[in-house]
This record gives sequence, C-alpha cells and structure tokens, in this order.
Amino acid sequence: MKPRTVNKIATSLIVFFAMLIVAILVGLLGYILFRGISHISWDFLFSAPQKIRAGGGIGPQLFNSIFLLVLTLIITVPLGLGAGIYMAEYARPGKITSFIRLIVEVLSSFPSIVVGLFGLLLIVNYFNLGFSLISGALALTVFNLPLMVRITEQAFRSVPKQQKEAGFALGLSKWKIVTSVLFPVALPTIITGTILSAGRVFGEAAALMFTAGMSSPRLDFTNWNPLSPNSPLNPFRPAETLAVHIWKVNSEGIAPDAAQIAAGASAVLVIMVLIFNLAARYFGRFIYRKLTASKRMN
Amino acid sequence: MRVKLKNSRIEKHHIEDFVGRTYMSFCVLLLITIIVSMVYFVASKGISTFTSGDVSVSDFLFGTKWSPEADTPSFGAFPFIAGSFLVTLLAALIASPLSLCAALFMTEIVPGWGKKLLQPVIELLAGIPSVVYGFIGLSVIVPFLRNNLPGQGIGVAAGALVLSVMILPTITSVAADALASLPQNLKESSYALGATRWQTISRVIIPTTFPAIMTGIVLGMARAFGEALAVQMVIGNAPFVPKSLFESASTLTSVITLGMGNTTMGSAHNNALWSMALVLMLMTFVFVFFVRLLERRNKI
Repeated sequence: MKPRTVNKIATSLIVFFAMLIVAILVGLLGYILFRGISHISWDFLFSAPQKIRAGGGIGPQLFNSIFLLVLTLIITVPLGLGAGIYMAEYARPGKITSFIRLIVEVLSSFPSIVVGLFGLLLIVNYFNLGFSLISGALALTVFNLPLMVRITEQAFRSVPKQQKEAGFALGLSKWKIVTSVLFPVALPTIITGTILSAGRVFGEAAALMFTAGMSSPRLDFTNWNPLSPNSPLNPFRPAETLAVHIWKVNSEGIAPDAAQIAAGASAVLVIMVLIFNLAARYFGRFIYRKLTASKRMN
Repeated sequence: MRVKLKNSRIEKHHIEDFVGRTYMSFCVLLLITIIVSMVYFVASKGISTFTSGDVSVSDFLFGTKWSPEADTPSFGAFPFIAGSFLVTLLAALIASPLSLCAALFMTEIVPGWGKKLLQPVIELLAGIPSVVYGFIGLSVIVPFLRNNLPGQGIGVAAGALVLSVMILPTITSVAADALASLPQNLKESSYALGATRWQTISRVIIPTTFPAIMTGIVLGMARAFGEALAVQMVIGNAPFVPKSLFESASTLTSVITLGMGNTTMGSAHNNALWSMALVLMLMTFVFVFFVRLLERRNKI
C-alpha cells in the first residue's frame, strides 16, 4: 500500500476513536441526566430516604456530602498549602526531598478502599471516634492531602522566577516573599485545583463506607446545636453520603423504586460534579483577571 | 535607639520566618506519619493471618478454595487475585489504544480545536464518580451483555468495560502531556524527509514517547486495580477463577467491600480480608516502582 493511503486510513481511525470517546461521554451524561432528572424534585432533594416503601428522598445524604466536603477542605487546605509550599520553595534537591516526593506519589496512588480500611482501624476503632463525620473527614484528608500538596507545589513552581528575584532584591525575607509575592500569584491555580479536587472528594465512596458509616440518624434540621445527636451539624454522628447511598441502593436496596432513586441520586451527583468543574474554570479565570488587571500599569 | 528599633524589626521577620518554617515542617512530618502508620497498621493486621492462624502464605496466594465460614475453613485468595489482574489487564487493553488515539488527535491531528474539544471531555470523564460508573454499568452494560452474549451479563467483561472507561482519562492526559512536550524539530525533520503524518507518528513520535505512554498505562492500571465499588457492582462476586469472560468473578477489592462489614474484627475471616488489603497495598508499591522506572527511562 502507498504510504499516502496508509496515512489516510490511520488518520481516519484516530479521528474515529477520538470521536468515539466524545460519543461515550455524551452518551454517559445524556443517559444519567435523561434517566435521572425526571425523578428529581424538591421533595426528592430534601426528604429522608425510605427503607421499604417507595418515594424516599436523599435529603440527609446530600447534606452529609456537602458538610463532609467542607470539613475535609477545612482540614486539608492549610496542611496541603504548608507541605506544598515547603516542597516548592524550601526543599533542597536531595535524598530527603525525593523521599517526600515518593511519599506523596505513593499516598496519592493508594486505592481508596485501603485508605478506608486504615481509617476503620486507626480512626474509628483505635481513636474510638466511631462511624462519624469526623472519621470520614480524616480519611478523606489522607485521600485529599497528596492532591493538595501537588496542586500547591505546581502553582508555586509556575510563578515566574523574576517575581521572586524582585522580592529578594527589595530585601524581603523568604517567608514574606512566599506569603505576599508568590502566594497571590499562585492563588488562582490553587483555587482551581482545590475545587477540582473537591469534585473528586464529593464522589468518593469506598473510603467512606468504613469511616463515615452507611447510615444516617434521623436529622432534625431545626436543631443547630452541634452537640446534640440528631443535629445535622454534629460532627460525631454517623453520616451516609450521596455516593455511598447510590452504592447501597444499587447493591442492597429493597425499596420498589430503588432503580429510580439510584438514577436520581446519580444525576444529582453528576450535576454537582459538573458545577464543581464549571466553578473551577470560572473562578480561576475570574481571579486571574482580577489579579492581572490590577497590575496593568500602562 | 535607632539601632534597637532595627534589631527588633529583624527579630520580627526572623520570628515570622521561624513560624512559617516550623509550620511547613509540621505539614511534611504529618505526611510522613500518615504513610508510616498506614503501612504499619495495614501490614500488622494483614500479617496476622499468617502468624496466628494456620494459613501459610502460599496457601493464601495460590489456594483456589475460598470458604471462610465452613467447618474447616480455607482461605485461598487466588480467585480474587486472578480476578483483579484479569479485569485490570483487560481494561488496560481496551483503554490504551483509545486513549492513545485521543491524545494523538489532540496534539498531532487537530492541535487547536482538538484540544479544546477533548480536554473538557477528558476532565469530565475523570470527574464522574466511580459509583455512577457502577450504576451505568449495572443498568446499561450488564443488560446489553446479557441480551447479546452468553452468560448472565454480570462478570469479567462487564467489569473490564466499566474500568476501561474509568481509566481512559488517566492514560489520555499523561499521553497527551508527553506528546505535547515533544521537541518540535523532531517532527519537523521527519516531515522534511517527506514522511507522511502516520509515518511520523508511528516511527518517530510513538517510539520517542513510549516510556511516557507506558507510564500513563501503568497509572491507569493502578487505578483499575484499586477500584472497588464500580467493579463490585458489575462483576458478580463469585469466589471462583473465571473460565470465560462472561462468567462472574471477584476481585480483591470487591471481596473486601462485601466482607469487611459482615465479619467481626479479629476473626480468621476478617484477618484474611486484611491480608488482601495488604496485597493491594503491596501492588500499589509495585505500580509506583514501575512508574518511577519508566520516568527514569523517559529522562534519557
């Protein structure tokens, strides 16, 4: 065969497969949204699930997912920033630094179920926190921390070197340069990355089954005292998240409309992830524009 | 007076520097503590099967009989280890060519809008939670396989298909990064010699970026090997070595998912599940080792 013909065939095959991937995504999203959206209503979003009867909602699960995400971010963002800045600005190339890098790499490739089991052993049983939101948040910290470290390190490394040098030329201390010169420039990237990682945490289930638990107590949404056992804000109560709920409904749900509930909950989950994605893009661009516009002198 | 003022100012930023440094060291130490305690706890639990019970390592790894609740229990985990490797390899076989095509499309065929089109697609595919993939597998792939092919639909093939979609984004983004960072003049000199695009891709671009593409595939396999819930929903969870692709099987992760909640801590059955978690953890180390090896080759 002529090379030209081969080239044409190969190119069209590559284009075909690339388009196939686009088709897979469109098909997946279309299927989830088409099947699920008809089941989503205010009642579905805010009412409690039913065990045996039809018509259960996902209210507590949705709340748990969001609350758990907030708790996790409160713990991981400052820790991840610290370690990430260290890796980007302070660590000198050497054995210790490459060891830490290896740790971050291993930690981020651990299967989430192993993280969940570790949480079960150490946080739930050994520290005796039980199946609770706080146990779940700590397990997700193990899961999310390496991501945050990576995001922060990359964001700091992508800051132009001249900016740092200008800071040194002014006689600023290293810490001052990090906090008031590099950090504002790196911020848009960090925020984008954090929101994207939040999307991942939001959909995480395997690590939560053994730490946050697979049940929710009856929540009283008028009780905002964080110490009372049926208050939604109590961090020491068990909490089933949306992703865990989907798994449970699919594999052991006995309600007659289990399939519809799974479809509706999946649609809600995917819509939330889509929102996280769009928000990441929008926020990153928005903050970047703000920062660069304020610096445009001429 | 002036000297004193100057001194105190120096002290202030020294203190700031010190506090910042201490905080950062604390964060890094925390990372190290997490990983050390993780390895210690999972390993100490996982080893107890072999130290306290009368199960030997080879019985566990190569025994094919799994009946933990029988009168004379046997803990052969080989069916699950085989299942894990089987679905992982199949998923990589399905996903790798597709991902490579997507990456080539983004970087070589239509670099401009190809990237604009596929980048968000890849990000969204990566963002869809694994339970949603499991749900789709259960409600689309399983019925499709049941109606068109032998078997019940649930099984190795369904698991591999679900996993292959899940690892597509991982492989594609690593491969696309590698292709995009290839020096431009390599391609240009190939075109200057009169090579067609496919000749350039197959003889220059892919051989040069091969280690990086392999890195992507290994990362994808690591993800597939550790994925729990999506696989558990579609694979059928039968404790046997599958004889065909359309038979139901189990993976290490699916057995742990189902078993851990129903066994009491410290029982032999429970300990065997921890040993499987230990196998999963060791496999993670193997995958990371391969990634590092490939990256080192990539540098040269």
